[in-house]
Amino acid sequence: MEYVIEMLNIRKEFPGVVANDDITMQVKKGEIHALLGENGAGKSTLMNVLFGLYQPEKGEIRINNERVNITNPNIANDLGIGMVHQHFMLVEPFTVTQNIILGSEPTRKSGKIDIKRAEKEIRELSDRYGLKVDPTAKISDISVGMQQRVEILKTLYRGANILIFDEPTAVLTPQEIKELIEIMHALIREGKSIILITHKLKEIMEVCDRCTVMRKGKGIGTVDVKDTNVNELASLMVGRKVSFTTEKTLANPKEVVLQIADLFVKDTRKVELVKGLNLEIKAGEIVGIAGIDGNGQTELIEALTGLTKAESGTIKLRGKPITNLKPRKVTESGIGHIPQDRHKYGLVLDYPIGENMVLQTYYKEPFSKGTILNYKEIYKKATELIQEYDVRTPSAYTKASALSGGNQQKAIIGREIDRSPDLLIAAQPTRGLDVGAIEFIHKRLIEERDKGRAILLVSFELDEIMDVSDRIAVMFDGEVVAELNPEQTNEQELGLLMAGSQVNGAGENQ
Amino acid sequence: MTTNRLISILIPIISVILGLIAGAIIMLISGHNPIEGYAALWNGAFGDQYTLGETIRRTTPYIFTGLAVAFAFRSGLFNIGAEGQVMVGWLAAVWVGLAVDAPMYIHLPLALITAAAAGAVWGFVPGLLKAKLGVHEVIVTIMMNYIALYSMNAIIRNVLTEKKTTTAEIHGSASLASEWLQSITYFSRMHYGILIALFAAIIMWFIIQRTSIGYELKAVGFNRHASKYAGMNVSKNIILSMVIAGAFAGLGGAMEGLGTYGTVSVMSGFTNLGFDGIAVALLGGNNAFGVVLAAILFGALKEGAGQMPTGAGVPTELVDIIIALIILFVASSYIIRWALLRFKKEGK
Repeated sequence: MEYVIEMLNIRKEFPGVVANDDITMQVKKGEIHALLGENGAGKSTLMNVLFGLYQPEKGEIRINNERVNITNPNIANDLGIGMVHQHFMLVEPFTVTQNIILGSEPTRKSGKIDIKRAEKEIRELSDRYGLKVDPTAKISDISVGMQQRVEILKTLYRGANILIFDEPTAVLTPQEIKELIEIMHALIREGKSIILITHKLKEIMEVCDRCTVMRKGKGIGTVDVKDTNVNELASLMVGRKVSFTTEKTLANPKEVVLQIADLFVKDTRKVELVKGLNLEIKAGEIVGIAGIDGNGQTELIEALTGLTKAESGTIKLRGKPITNLKPRKVTESGIGHIPQDRHKYGLVLDYPIGENMVLQTYYKEPFSKGTILNYKEIYKKATELIQEYDVRTPSAYTKASALSGGNQQKAIIGREIDRSPDLLIAAQPTRGLDVGAIEFIHKRLIEERDKGRAILLVSFELDEIMDVSDRIAVMFDGEVVAELNPEQTNEQELGLLMAGSQVNGAGENQ
Repeated sequence: MTTNRLISILIPIISVILGLIAGAIIMLISGHNPIEGYAALWNGAFGDQYTLGETIRRTTPYIFTGLAVAFAFRSGLFNIGAEGQVMVGWLAAVWVGLAVDAPMYIHLPLALITAAAAGAVWGFVPGLLKAKLGVHEVIVTIMMNYIALYSMNAIIRNVLTEKKTTTAEIHGSASLASEWLQSITYFSRMHYGILIALFAAIIMWFIIQRTSIGYELKAVGFNRHASKYAGMNVSKNIILSMVIAGAFAGLGGAMEGLGTYGTVSVMSGFTNLGFDGIAVALLGGNNAFGVVLAAILFGALKEGAGQMPTGAGVPTELVDIIIALIILFVASSYIIRWALLRFKKEGK
């Protein structure tokens, strides 16, 4: 069997770290090849070497059996390598076509851009691979899933034969993931090869042919997916056995901690997104909110934490009204919040990780006396939390931006749990994290539950909701449309409820 | 991390050197001797006690305006209004210096505080508009500069004097001038303001690095969303940042009013102290001590420039060109950073 890409014995060093240590990866023509590894294992570095962004210290790259020297991304493009980035590189006010042709615009003799021709070509490409993209639509008007397809089209338009997908499903809904998988199969049928960077094992089992595993910068090996299983892949990746079903005892709910009654919230565009929501959470239970993105979950959390004002309704924490308090008052009254977007809300990325550990408590003793900060105490606390929550960082003085996503998230979780809040709101706490980190976070959430905290978990991952919650509240169109026991429901029922259909009168059951 | 720090110190230094080299080339092209030119510049700035005193005098307001721009910048705000804040501070200081009769230990502090307050008000308005209505501070501060200029002129003409262009001299009890400092510097106009300026730099360092106020201000500058999430009052911090910045610039004006001139005059245009403050802050890396060093450089260049026409026949405009080139090189620090990293890589 011939290989389209061979990366042989690649070594790439950064000051103080070997990011890739003697990595070999061989991709066959027409296969979907997974590159699996935890955050920080060196996957991105390896792909950046292939894409010409980094030069390896050792090793060689062969494309179609020819040794190549990829010194910049243009060479990678010319060799038919295309990258679908995790964070899209699109110009929002431009149309799909304008985005795709950006940098290689077809022109007429007059020098004018031939947009009609480009649109036609893009439509043909889109039809051929079943992408269903409208070339005239504006990027800002189309869904995230569609934007990703535009990224795919961009690589195809430039003649890519080898497509690298970097964590493509991290931003997609379950439905969009299904469609993406179909698109990948269509690409393979047309003779393309795909490298899929991921740490989601289920996806690998579902779509990939072979899988190269990396751990801490080293190549662990390549396996045939049909000869392996999720458990084996996980232990290869993490280097130890991983449990998938979160182990927990039955919840022992006590008094009511959070009471939400008849809550209405508008978003920044003044559209009502939470419409008369009612929900109760008791001490010692985890309530999971299942729902498709955009059904008011974000606005609910923002209203709970004081980031947005509620239009009407009441929120009570241990019987005391906290409706429309300022975020500081909400925090002080006993709410911890692991925000959905950790870069935007959870951390000041330019601050050292240590100073991020006191983001809500810096003004209190012992971290400040009067207005004078006590750095010794701040870093003492930070070092404790870093150790306890296994945040891997060179030191507490390292900028938060230099940490990997999983470690940033562990730091946030440590900070929020450490304040011992009565109610802990965890919004997408494991988004984009690898199995090791997910396991850790789920364990922590359950521990907190067992200590008697009330926990509100919001997640778009049904597995997570089913696994971790003691009670599931399905949110649709700004309301809780059903409350279910995870033991007595299944993904299908949840999926239907999330889409707004009533199942067997399950509307109001407890 | 240490390499980053080293690079951020090296960049302004290299920029200055490149600026001076470029200046030398320009002198050569225009038929002047660069060595003579720079010798004249050096002598004009540090040649004897008099020029040294004058250099320090020129440095003093630059420290304040540099701090005013740098402080606001630390919380993500671009204070182009230091110019107007200087003028209102200057006017307020002289006004108090003329209108109040009190012993020095009351009069001088009162004049300084009034100047700081006037500058603070001039910073408060753009801060408030930014925080509450989202109006960009650059636009408002530019407008405030013009309001300051023309209000000042009107007040000098109609309130402080009777249709004259310069006020009377302030009372001695409000003056920063020092006979002792003058005597040891061959009667330069050096005054006690430099001590206040250095103290202000320490204050800025302290607020930014050591207090929870600074922690909030910087957090708001880095990430407004996370600051709000953490319970900080973003609006309050924006306003506070502009108020403190304005107070620094206002004191800068007081240095001229109470120290150098003892009067305030009708102006046909801006003093440029505030605008140069932007360059000082940029060159000083928005860091309090960096600002002091950059202010000294600016003070020396501007003072030394006076010697260049007589000492070497080089026009003073050339100094402005050199300053502009230095700023250009600082602004294009990306290139220097890239070159340094590349150099480091190859050296390894």
